[in-house]
Amino acid sequence: MTDGTDDGGAGWFADVDPGDVDAAAAAIVDGQADDPADWPRLAVEAGFADSVDEYYDLLHDATVAASRREVREREGAADQQLVHAVRAMDDCERVANELAERVAEWAGSTIEDAGVGVTYARQLAEELDAGADTDVDADEGVDTDEGADADADEAADTRDPVVSLARRVRDLDDEAAALRAHVERTAPEVAPNLSALAGPVLAARLIGLAGGLAQLARKPSGTVQVLGAEEALFAHLRGRAPSPKHGVIYTHEAVRGTHPDQRGSAARALAGKLAIAARVDHYSGELKPELEADLQDRIERIQARDAE
Amino acid sequence: MTSLPAGVERREFDGRESLATRGEPVSGEPTDGDWRRWDPRRSKLGAMLERGMETGLAGDETVLYLGAAAGTTVSHVADFAGPTYAVEFAARPARDLLAVCGPRPNLFPLLKDARKPETYAHVVEPVDVVIQDVATRGQARVALANRRFLREDGRLLLAVKARSEDVARDPDEVFDEVLEALEEGFEVLETRSLEPYHDDHLGVVARPR
Ligand SMILES: C[S@@+](CC[C@H](N)C(=O)[O-])C[C@H]1O[C@@H](n2cnc3c(N)ncnc32)[C@H](O)[C@@H]1O
Repeated sequence: MTDGTDDGGAGWFADVDPGDVDAAAAAIVDGQADDPADWPRLAVEAGFADSVDEYYDLLHDATVAASRREVREREGAADQQLVHAVRAMDDCERVANELAERVAEWAGSTIEDAGVGVTYARQLAEELDAGADTDVDADEGVDTDEGADADADEAADTRDPVVSLARRVRDLDDEAAALRAHVERTAPEVAPNLSALAGPVLAARLIGLAGGLAQLARKPSGTVQVLGAEEALFAHLRGRAPSPKHGVIYTHEAVRGTHPDQRGSAARALAGKLAIAARVDHYSGELKPELEADLQDRIERIQARDAE
Repeated sequence: MTSLPAGVERREFDGRESLATRGEPVSGEPTDGDWRRWDPRRSKLGAMLERGMETGLAGDETVLYLGAAAGTTVSHVADFAGPTYAVEFAARPARDLLAVCGPRPNLFPLLKDARKPETYAHVVEPVDVVIQDVATRGQARVALANRRFLREDGRLLLAVKARSEDVARDPDEVFDEVLEALEEGFEVLETRSLEPYHDDHLGVVARPR
């Protein structure tokens, strides 16, 4: 049974023209058979190759092409998934913030010391969940006269839709947190070095701004430095603004934590290392801890300058 | 002492003797002329040879290698063996594996799941040796599923990682269970712990029954 000359399916080369590497790769990827067979001999007999040696050469080219194609496809898919996730996270955060402002403004029209931001919206939402929706503001300080109860009831009524909106804010905020956790887990798989240097979220943003890991790997470090600052860059090119020193990488501690006078140098150094990290991630994918150590070294030296 | 396959030798690197094969370096390992060091700490098969197991390898065999990862071990195998089919299902290490295959015309990468042999049986011919290092749950099942590729007088060289089956359980219990499951399709000829090179790993030599 193991010499497999019986009919369990055809060899990968059955419908392939020996010169057609694409078709050969597709046959390797998509083909099937129940059992192995003496494919080298069968291929020679079928006239696919002149000799067993030639068969192995063709097999090598076909398997390498097939694997390369699949690696590219699967990893390509992974970096695009990451980009979608980080964009969705940003969307959730942005919308949560916008709606939280609306909640605060609306609530502020009936409650004197309504808070602000997502934190306040969460608080409002929790209050409803706790079932205390009518008395929550008993400590408002306006309840000293007889009318207080009626006032509180009325306030609760008018706040009802506000509280409902606050709950949407809370849910969006939860969703953003879940997406962030997802990005933090997957970015190191897609781009281990870039994630180690930039942090997973910034790594994902850079990949997104470039259009993919392969595209980011091809960018010179000067471009990486201003990714995300396109508007400022155009303004500069139209002669209306100074040249931007950094794009999204300004959120990185290496830039933010450096004295403004030295931020340009820090951004340049950081961008250089990030560009290298992206290349390593794209071409080998092997984690190189020395990149992170190098970056730290550079930044420490730059930051030491402004201490002088 | 058991003999090494033709194409594998003990050579000195930086004053220390080590296994070596002849071929293009893979990841900056020490070299001596054409020879490059085969580090048993980074290779279960290297550890099996170091531990003196009777692998039956003589050199020039046709090989099916399951769990090729970035190609560290399979590169050495391709240096001393004949046609070598390297199965790996994760895309990331496969990228490195491709670089290893480039200069080795007898090494054929297959981005496939070793639990689904029907997805590569249209490519792989019957082989003399199946080498397996998949470090995943169900290691005996993977070996049994791939038995169809082994010639009657072929050998299975298997590295069992206890923690892959069950992190919490006593490794010896796990090994017993895996060996028992193997009996369904193989006769186990030899087993040996791969310490000190790999903790909680068992090397197994078996033949199909
Ligand atoms: C311990 S590593 C192998 C190291 C490699 N043998 C070496 O010494 O260079 C285990 C590899 O098996 C792969 N693997 C696990 N399950 C697999 C499966 N079902 N099919 C193919 N590869 C698998 C993993 O992706 C991983 O790369």
